[in-house]
Amino acid sequence: MIRLEHVCRSFNVGDQQVAALRDLNIDIGAGEYVSIMGPSGSGKSTLLNMIGLLDRPTSGTYRLDGVDVTALDEVQQAQVRRDKIGFVFQFFHLVPRLSAAMNIELPLILAGVPPEERKPRVAELLASYGLSNRADHRPEQLSGGQRQRVAIARATIMRPAVLLADEPTGNLDRATGREVMTLLEGLVERGVTLILVTHDHEIGDRAGRSLVMVDGQLESDSKRVAP
Amino acid sequence: MNLADTLQFASGSLRGARTRTLLMMLAMAIGVAAVVILTALGEGARRYVIGQFSSLGSNLVIVFPGRTETAGVSPGMLLGQIPRELILEDAQALARSTAIRRYAPLSIGAAQASNGALNREVVVLGSTASLLAIRHMSMGEGSFLPEGDARIATPVCVLGSKISRELFGAQRVVGSWLRLGDRRCRVVGILAGQGMSMGFNTDEVVIVPIASAHQMFNTRSLLRILIEANSREQIIPARDEAERILTERHGERDVTVVTQDAVLATFDRILSALTLAVGGIASISLAVAGILIMNVMLIAVSQRTQEIGLLKALGAPPAQIRRLFFVEAAMLSLLASVAGWLLGELGSSIIGHLYPTLPVGAPWWAVLAALGTALGTGILFSVMPARRAAQLDPVLALARR
Ligand SMILES: Nc1ncnc2c1ncn2[C@@H]1O[C@H](COP(=O)(O)OP(=O)(O)OP(=O)(O)O)[C@@H](O)[C@H]1O
Ligand SMILES: [Mg+2]
Repeated sequence: MIRLEHVCRSFNVGDQQVAALRDLNIDIGAGEYVSIMGPSGSGKSTLLNMIGLLDRPTSGTYRLDGVDVTALDEVQQAQVRRDKIGFVFQFFHLVPRLSAAMNIELPLILAGVPPEERKPRVAELLASYGLSNRADHRPEQLSGGQRQRVAIARATIMRPAVLLADEPTGNLDRATGREVMTLLEGLVERGVTLILVTHDHEIGDRAGRSLVMVDGQLESDSKRVAP
Repeated sequence: MNLADTLQFASGSLRGARTRTLLMMLAMAIGVAAVVILTALGEGARRYVIGQFSSLGSNLVIVFPGRTETAGVSPGMLLGQIPRELILEDAQALARSTAIRRYAPLSIGAAQASNGALNREVVVLGSTASLLAIRHMSMGEGSFLPEGDARIATPVCVLGSKISRELFGAQRVVGSWLRLGDRRCRVVGILAGQGMSMGFNTDEVVIVPIASAHQMFNTRSLLRILIEANSREQIIPARDEAERILTERHGERDVTVVTQDAVLATFDRILSALTLAVGGIASISLAVAGILIMNVMLIAVSQRTQEIGLLKALGAPPAQIRRLFFVEAAMLSLLASVAGWLLGELGSSIIGHLYPTLPVGAPWWAVLAALGTALGTGILFSVMPARRAAQLDPVLALARR
């Protein structure tokens, strides 16, 4: 489903070139549950952004469902992001002035889904993530765990095939982090491809497949048999 | 994304940043209001002057003694020559012209007027019966100067309404005798109150037959001759014929004949230029508002780069993001400039109430220019930075703080 071939990404910092990804080759199938681990600065976020089409490779190709997405123009890329990819950020990135329900509804609004179809979908997600009584609260009135649940609801409302999460529990305490992980793993059971960046081995080891990155390269790629 | 959602999203982000929104609206509204009020004042002055001129009479042509060049001074005057005077016979000769409906000779002087113990200094106008119609005056009581031979000094007079009040009070006026300088005349009528008209208060004059005025002031010259042309189209022929007739009589061109329209046009030009200049000064405040808007918007958009990045990450194409910002800016600018317009109209109507004689009202071109400038700067300065932000890669936009 996701296929990276000889992907490199380097940044220009002053007159220096910093290579964040060096010649990566990765294949991820539909429905896989993958964790990406590794030391800070090893290129995990860069890789995830690349997969999420938030960033472009300096060289190499990236195929999603067989389509070379690096060759697509901006509008087409936006469409792919909208329809196929959900993103969960470490810092939530909720719109502060919008209520929880409105934040979740946002992708539907942008996609032009008619209002009468939007409301039940939002209500359903709010209910299944235990946020029904928080629908009208703004992000600042929510706890960290609740915020991340809103963010996950927003990432999944378009029913994407791929869910990308960059340290989704990084800003949460252990118990809340576990709640969020249960939620994400529930999505995997429903067939969503989940790719997760984390520093927490306990979390990383739960995934069906673990990638370890060092210095912009894959150090190990280990699959586990499902427990 | 449909229109209702776009509008709702845009108004949501305006309400979300209340201080910024209010600040921008204030700046823009003040700029627009300044232009509206100042041009309304200028336009008011212009209309006032034109109204004053029109109240003097219509299709009016005026003859002055002396040849006035465009500079306003005749060469003769510079050499110390006194131009040949204009006399009653000159005026009467104008009756020959077919373009002229009526004419009134005019002379002016000052005299002491008294009724018993009451007395005061008055302006005495000498003229004929035609003056009433030419100057668009109307009678309050009695009748105007009698028709008849202008050379006969009938001992009658017509009083301005204020003079009548001051010298006669509640007494019967029409039919009474008034002492005017060293002669006596019977009051035949009182002018209807008219107030100021071109700095000349008809409420404070005494009008006598031209021959009486000449005798009182021991002269035979006229201050000017007022001519009413037959119609609007006949103004120019009337002017030319008057000039021709008088040149013929005097043997040289030593009179100045102007049409009221020409004088009016000059004033109109001067005052329009004034309005434009005042509007120009006011538009500086609009430009200042524009620069303020530009700065606030630049800061606002850079603060919102993250939001733009998020929208991109959620799959909004750049065109959609640009549209959101455009709608937001258009809403803000529209609200602000309409508020400023209303504020300006309110301000001018307050001025209009304070000075009822001044017909204040902003000209449409000034209102349009002010609204256009405000809308233009507001939208341009909001959309430009947003456009740039929408072109960033989502990661970069998201990472900005
Ligand atoms: N916008 C950027 N400009 C310059 N260099 C960058 C940029 N983004 C990332 N890098 C560099 O790329 C490398 C990889 O960064 P990345 O954020 O992917 O690391 P990471 O593995 O996610 O680290 P962490 O665990 O701390 O989040 C780092 O050396 C970083 O300095
Ligand atoms: Mg990272």
